[in-house]
Amino acid sequence: MLSPADMATLWLTFKVAGIATLLMLLFGTPLAWWLARTHSAWKGVINAVVALPLVLPPTVLGFYLLVLMGPTGIIGKFTSWLGLGTLPFTFPGLIVASVLYSLPFVVQPLQASFSAIGEQPLEAAATLRASPWDTFFSVVVPLAKPGFLTASILGFTHTVGEFGVVLMVGGNIPDKTRVVSVQIYNHVEALEYTEAHWLAGVLLLFSFSVLLVLYTVLKTQPVAHPLK
Amino acid sequence: MLPSRFFRSLIAVWLILLAPTTWAATTLAAVASDFTKPMTEIAAEFEKVTGHTAKLSFGSSGKAFAQIQSGAPFEVYLSASEKYPLELEKSGFAVIDSHFVYAIGRLVLWSATPGYVDAQGEILKTGNFKHIALADPSHAPYGVVAEEVMKSLGVLDKLRPLFVMGENISQTFQFVSTGNAELGFVGLAQVIDVNNGKASAPAHAPYLRPVGKIGSGSGWIIPDNLHSPFRQMAVLLKTGAENPAALALVDFLKSPTALAIIEKYGFGLPQ
Repeated sequence: MLSPADMATLWLTFKVAGIATLLMLLFGTPLAWWLARTHSAWKGVINAVVALPLVLPPTVLGFYLLVLMGPTGIIGKFTSWLGLGTLPFTFPGLIVASVLYSLPFVVQPLQASFSAIGEQPLEAAATLRASPWDTFFSVVVPLAKPGFLTASILGFTHTVGEFGVVLMVGGNIPDKTRVVSVQIYNHVEALEYTEAHWLAGVLLLFSFSVLLVLYTVLKTQPVAHPLK
Repeated sequence: MLPSRFFRSLIAVWLILLAPTTWAATTLAAVASDFTKPMTEIAAEFEKVTGHTAKLSFGSSGKAFAQIQSGAPFEVYLSASEKYPLELEKSGFAVIDSHFVYAIGRLVLWSATPGYVDAQGEILKTGNFKHIALADPSHAPYGVVAEEVMKSLGVLDKLRPLFVMGENISQTFQFVSTGNAELGFVGLAQVIDVNNGKASAPAHAPYLRPVGKIGSGSGWIIPDNLHSPFRQMAVLLKTGAENPAALALVDFLKSPTALAIIEKYGFGLPQ
């Protein structure tokens, strides 16, 4: 069965994934909105940068984050200057790494659903004298609800499943940066296969349930289109 | 129709070119990541001397152990510990009684900052650092030894909250070399300056064989009496029992050429 140490890694993992998902929605929504609407020449560049973590091997991304956030790296020098110290081996460091790593899983579904809305609902709202903020929250958010749901669940589950980045940036510290994927890996390396199976089983069951909810809820109850 | 003279000579040339490859075989070895540098050099010498080729796969000993038990095509296994090769002989994946100690691991308390670690390791007792890196003791042999050293010095409980653990010794080295951990326990082979390999024995441990100087930063080469013997063991796997290249590699690891390279990188030699 699961030991207290295993339970601690599960709790920490959900805490990291929860906070990271909220931050990704916070930063990802304006970014996705801009990407969906802009005709700027920078669009392609920003799109490519956001999608980079999909292509880069996680340990490579983790290694460069370790270098950049370390005492001699640009980000590390900046955070030290702010008086925050350096980010590797800390909980905030883990959050920063997770946000960068999982961002495409939040931005891309949002961008797609924003693009799908088109100009007409926005122009209709404008003729009714809705302010841009009002339009966004009363028209765009309800229309893009499936996009937000997909983005949140993918962002959350992808963060739960991350391994290579946290292994590099986290330093495997109990209760601070040792997440469930690292704990399973440790069990396997220590040849504690039974413990590894239990923890992996819990993780598998969780991931499957979440994805099942995602696909069944979205398929069987499509969000009503308010303008139709 | 008889082949033309041109074609016959072409076939002859082809046969001559083919000849060496028929008795020069290739073997695949799984190698503990701490032995990366010496083994790369040993494999190059091995190819020069025997004509065989050794392909190397570096990683943590535990991972290779699990892969071998799941049918990985490795033929020779150089582990960073004694545990795994003996276990493989017992479980029938390795040739019985083929195990041998190929090197004695040496540990260094190292920092990327020059002058940070003193020659007696007093910093462990007095230092004001935020992180100390070591390989994860739950599975990495270097981590086990690092813990023993801290226990011998009576600083284990005090330092435990400052631990950052690398998955293997290479990752531990990255934590320290990037400056994210002020200091950490790494392998001597990772920080030794091989061009200066004939330096004298360290002053605090004159009983040691002469070992090389540390290339950059600052370090304390941990005396052997602070931990249990760090024997690194290799074994011939059953997959390689019939392969002349695998057998030759096992022999070559015990040759004077190989031993000289092993010593150059700061490992102790098997007795």
